[in-house]
Amino acid sequence: MANIKNPETKTKAQSMGMHTEVLTGRTQQKFFNPDEAENFYYFGTYDVDFNKRTDLDVKDMTAPEANKEIDNLMSQGYGTIVIKNPQGKHSLGVGILNKLNLIFEGSLGYFGMGSCDGPTVRINGRVGWSCAENLMAGKVVIGKNAGSCFGAAVRGGDLICKGSVGARTGIDMKGGTIIVGGDAGAFTGFMMQRGRIIILGDVGINLGDSMYDGTIFIGGKIGSYGSDAVDAELTKNDQDWLKRKLKVAEIGENFDVSKMKKIVAGKKLWNYDNLEPHEKKGAI
Amino acid sequence: MCGIAGLIHRGKSSNVGSELQGMLQALKHRGEDSTGYALYGDTDGKNFIMRFKVGENVGEGSSSIMEDVSVYDERKKVVDQYLSELGAKIIKEERVLPYSLRYEISYDKKDLLEFSQKIESIPEVEILSMGKSLEVIKDLGNAKMVCDRYGLDKVVGTHAIGHARMATESGVDIKSAHPFWGYPFSDVSVVHNGQLTNYWNNRRLLENKGMRFMSECDSELIAVYIAQKMREGASLEEGMKASLTGLDGVFTYFVATKDSLGMAKDTMAAKPLVLYESDDLVAMGSEEIAIRSVLPQEIDTYDPYDGEVKVWQI
Repeated sequence: MANIKNPETKTKAQSMGMHTEVLTGRTQQKFFNPDEAENFYYFGTYDVDFNKRTDLDVKDMTAPEANKEIDNLMSQGYGTIVIKNPQGKHSLGVGILNKLNLIFEGSLGYFGMGSCDGPTVRINGRVGWSCAENLMAGKVVIGKNAGSCFGAAVRGGDLICKGSVGARTGIDMKGGTIIVGGDAGAFTGFMMQRGRIIILGDVGINLGDSMYDGTIFIGGKIGSYGSDAVDAELTKNDQDWLKRKLKVAEIGENFDVSKMKKIVAGKKLWNYDNLEPHEKKGAI
Repeated sequence: MCGIAGLIHRGKSSNVGSELQGMLQALKHRGEDSTGYALYGDTDGKNFIMRFKVGENVGEGSSSIMEDVSVYDERKKVVDQYLSELGAKIIKEERVLPYSLRYEISYDKKDLLEFSQKIESIPEVEILSMGKSLEVIKDLGNAKMVCDRYGLDKVVGTHAIGHARMATESGVDIKSAHPFWGYPFSDVSVVHNGQLTNYWNNRRLLENKGMRFMSECDSELIAVYIAQKMREGASLEEGMKASLTGLDGVFTYFVATKDSLGMAKDTMAAKPLVLYESDDLVAMGSEEIAIRSVLPQEIDTYDPYDGEVKVWQI
């Protein structure tokens, strides 16, 4: 996340005539421009050493205390942190905007690893609802099951669950890849806009309902298709990509990807395309 | 929002009062307007235990009614008189709080409909539960407050369900608090997390069939709906499965009977539930931290899927 040091400087988008309206308050938008990188600073980012490792027992900590301590350890250069006794607490590991090896020895509650950008996380347990919501980049691997809204609104990175997940997996997904070794519930890929979902097991009803874009690969049975979701041809490129992705994810080692089903959006919305606002302007 | 929790020990009894208190207290952030317990205790099964109220908890913020507590004594006298007229004998009487009473009664008839209708014809008197094992205790405040107020931490039994309520559909009062008794069936109780959108249509239909509603809380519909299905001859599980289509809205609910515990989740799986299942214990709650309060060690849990109905026996 970036904060502007010098709000007087016009961004490239503004100089192109976009976003010229006066925005105030919480809705004011700031657009990052690589040419002006020196005007931006990032909080919560540290130079860490992956070989510098420590344990953190959060048994008697609240989630804010635990998250603050993770931040504190990163500020001291620790690049590998092992969290002991998470005991299903909510909102652990949220908002990490840094490269980091983070290992949870146990299960997390709701919103575990939410709003992260960059860390590599291994959870030797389960995660509750909304795991890794809004993940921007990085990799999150869950050893057991996960709850509903798994990977809601993720924008990038890899989110991998070796067990099964609940309903609405990848809801509102905007990028990245979600891989599930087991089954997924109803409304998988609901309103997804980009990215890829791979489910090796079965999925529930209304798969890909109201999806705008993106691709879903299913290895097992499909409860039913949602509106706008249709089958597509599984190409050689798709199969190569799936093999590579599963190998990197260390999941479904001998899985026959050639038998997977590929599901895409069957309806192009008149006011939707897959370009970012600034890309649209360029295209015009 | 509301939070629900439940557990069933299979093949043994445990301190379910204390365990459920821990589970519900872990969910208190989901609502602490009121908290309710349905505890299935170890009893000899001879007599009925009737938990009932003769008024509201007006001293602690009840939004439903303001009244002088002196009327409670008058109402209790009428209850005692009606019990006598019904042929029910009071074996043991406990007045836990001025408005909340627990009677152990000897009553031979199986049909509790006539019994309940007569007792509840007294204004503001409501039977919270009637059963040979079930006791429903509900009041304003969080789980610990209610547990301490009623001394529930020492209750031993096989299973229990409970509810931490954030009032949305109806008032902050005992009559709208969960669990709801599955009137007029003994030992049936229900807790619910969600919203039902065809409450009034179903309520009118069920009232026409002679069923009673004590509150305007949509969750009460589930208890009455399943009770009506059972009156028509359905098993508990059949009644629960019928509710997936008969009830409209989003819901996760638990039903307990004398010897079983069940869960149902709506077809959109919109409301949370985490489940732990082993040979000797099933524990479930709106959030994993509820289960963690009784099983702090690392365990395997999962989310039941949409439209799922499960029933476990003790």
